[in-house]
Amino acid sequence: MTAPEVTSARTGERLKPSRFSLKDLLGEATAGVLARPARAILTALGTVLGVAALVSTMGLAKTAGNQIVTRFDELSATDVKVTPNRGTLPFDSENRLTRLNGVRAAGTVTEVDVKGALTSSVPLNDPLGINELPITVQALSPGAFGAVRASLRTGRFFDASQDDLQVAVLGPGAATDLRVNRVDQQPAIFIGDQTFVVIGILKDVERRSELLDAILIPNGVAKALYGTAGASSVQIDTDVGAARLIGRQAPIALAPNNPKRLAVEVPPQNEVVKTQVEGDVNALFLLLGGVSLLIGALGIANVTLVSVLERVGEIGLRRAVGAARRHIAAQFLLESTMLGFFGGLIGTTLAVITIVAVAKAKSWVPVLDPWLPLAAPFAGALIGLVSGVYPSWRPASVEPIAALRSGL
Amino acid sequence: MSVAEAPASVVSLRQVGRTFDGDPPVEALRSVDLEIRRGEYVSIVGPSGSGKSTLLNVLGLLDRPTHGTYELDGFDVGSLSDAERTAVRGQRIGFVFQAFHLLPHRTVLENVMLSLLYNRTPSADRKERAEQALDRVGLSHRLEFAPTTLSGGERQRVAIARALVMRPAILLGDEPTGNLDSVTTRSILELFDELQAEGLTLILITHDLDVSGRAHRVVTMTDGVLSDPMAAVR
Repeated sequence: MTAPEVTSARTGERLKPSRFSLKDLLGEATAGVLARPARAILTALGTVLGVAALVSTMGLAKTAGNQIVTRFDELSATDVKVTPNRGTLPFDSENRLTRLNGVRAAGTVTEVDVKGALTSSVPLNDPLGINELPITVQALSPGAFGAVRASLRTGRFFDASQDDLQVAVLGPGAATDLRVNRVDQQPAIFIGDQTFVVIGILKDVERRSELLDAILIPNGVAKALYGTAGASSVQIDTDVGAARLIGRQAPIALAPNNPKRLAVEVPPQNEVVKTQVEGDVNALFLLLGGVSLLIGALGIANVTLVSVLERVGEIGLRRAVGAARRHIAAQFLLESTMLGFFGGLIGTTLAVITIVAVAKAKSWVPVLDPWLPLAAPFAGALIGLVSGVYPSWRPASVEPIAALRSGL
Repeated sequence: MSVAEAPASVVSLRQVGRTFDGDPPVEALRSVDLEIRRGEYVSIVGPSGSGKSTLLNVLGLLDRPTHGTYELDGFDVGSLSDAERTAVRGQRIGFVFQAFHLLPHRTVLENVMLSLLYNRTPSADRKERAEQALDRVGLSHRLEFAPTTLSGGERQRVAIARALVMRPAILLGDEPTGNLDSVTTRSILELFDELQAEGLTLILITHDLDVSGRAHRVVTMTDGVLSDPMAAVR
């Protein structure tokens, strides 16, 4: 860094090497940038756009991701499903689970093995069998209707008091197949040779869409008629935020001796969902932002190079008044770094305004990682620094003589 | 000649030559000997292509001689590294150029302060010293002006103030009045006279006889050879 001192042979006086203090360097670089403000702005424009694109992309993705998550959160974040790895679940699962704090509704859903029995809606001994259809039969505990968030088109659900009655609720698909439209006359359907009274027809379920095409019967009947020993799954609807807790508690409530026997499906953690959404939205725009940043860097490099060539006179003069080559290089490097920094700063500002404006227009809550607007100007500075390296070392080769003869 | 009784030679060139590479090589300086004492006023004249600019560059440490020795203010500058020569240049040599070389976007004061930027002058002292130098050249009323708003004579005075402010051992002028009209030239030359009377060592390159006429000593460059009428006297 420092050249050795030079000693005068005659006087013994020592001469210290040239110095360019950090404060002076900052002052000169600032003056150099501000000398041509219009050019400085144009030079930084590429970085402004690049940083603005990057930051607003990341911010908007985060903001939008947050919206998407809060929207489907409510359904998915309250959905817990328990299935046994082997064996069955007790039919009284519903009672065990509804006592847990955080469970809004719970019930068993079990596919019933009807041993190939076909279903029809008319008691005809039809040799062609065209009215007889293979329709899935599912045994439900009464709470399961709430747990799958079922809604009715007509009629009613069965309740606990009807557990041993041969009643059925039809999924909309099954109702169409069986041509059952109304229940006010208590239509009957026949599964094999067993008669069931249809008491309700579903409109929709929000979970377990397999129920839409099935005939739903009470657990007790399934056990009595088809020997169904236990439930094959438990569906739980929890309070918002309780899903993971219930996911831990349910196996213990259902199989206290061996909770590990049960498999629990709980909604993925919010953070995971957000990351996935952000990842999708970000990729393309980050690429665009990266490209504009690259263009910004080239812009700074180009203009710095031009201005170095333009300022050979100034370089020569500075060399004449004692500036070392590295002092000249440091000044140009700092000038391009400052351009990058201010480009990044302006770009970040634009991006934040954009994010807030879009969020306002869509009635969203603007979400932005706090480190992003803080780090972005420094990313800009880094771009300025990198793109200034080559042009800054050019004046090192400028001959002061030639530079001074060329005028200013 | 012992050190104690040596005349205060500020510039001492011995057998200095400068050859530019090329085909054929150009000998711009041929074995130049030149002694300049402290406080002397020397002008170097000669037709263009005679090598006087090369001589000025060598004197100003802007160029390095291919052979010979050069002592400036007691420093054997021929043997110094680039960084060391830069330091000597920044602390011992004041330049005044034909084209002024003022930074257009900086004030007059800032232009003068530029001379003190790299030579370890404490920043607290710079402004005062620059004001003194500008006062010396009669421009204390122009401190905050932009150089572009000044007349040619005023600009050259700013450049002279910039050279003076670092208290140089020698002031080198390269056609300092080349861009000025005759009235302005006269006032600048009067300033040089005054500065010389105050003890400054002045070396001016010129082909203007008005300018060289003011000098106490005129040396002539012809085809890279320096002829010094005083040399015989010594």
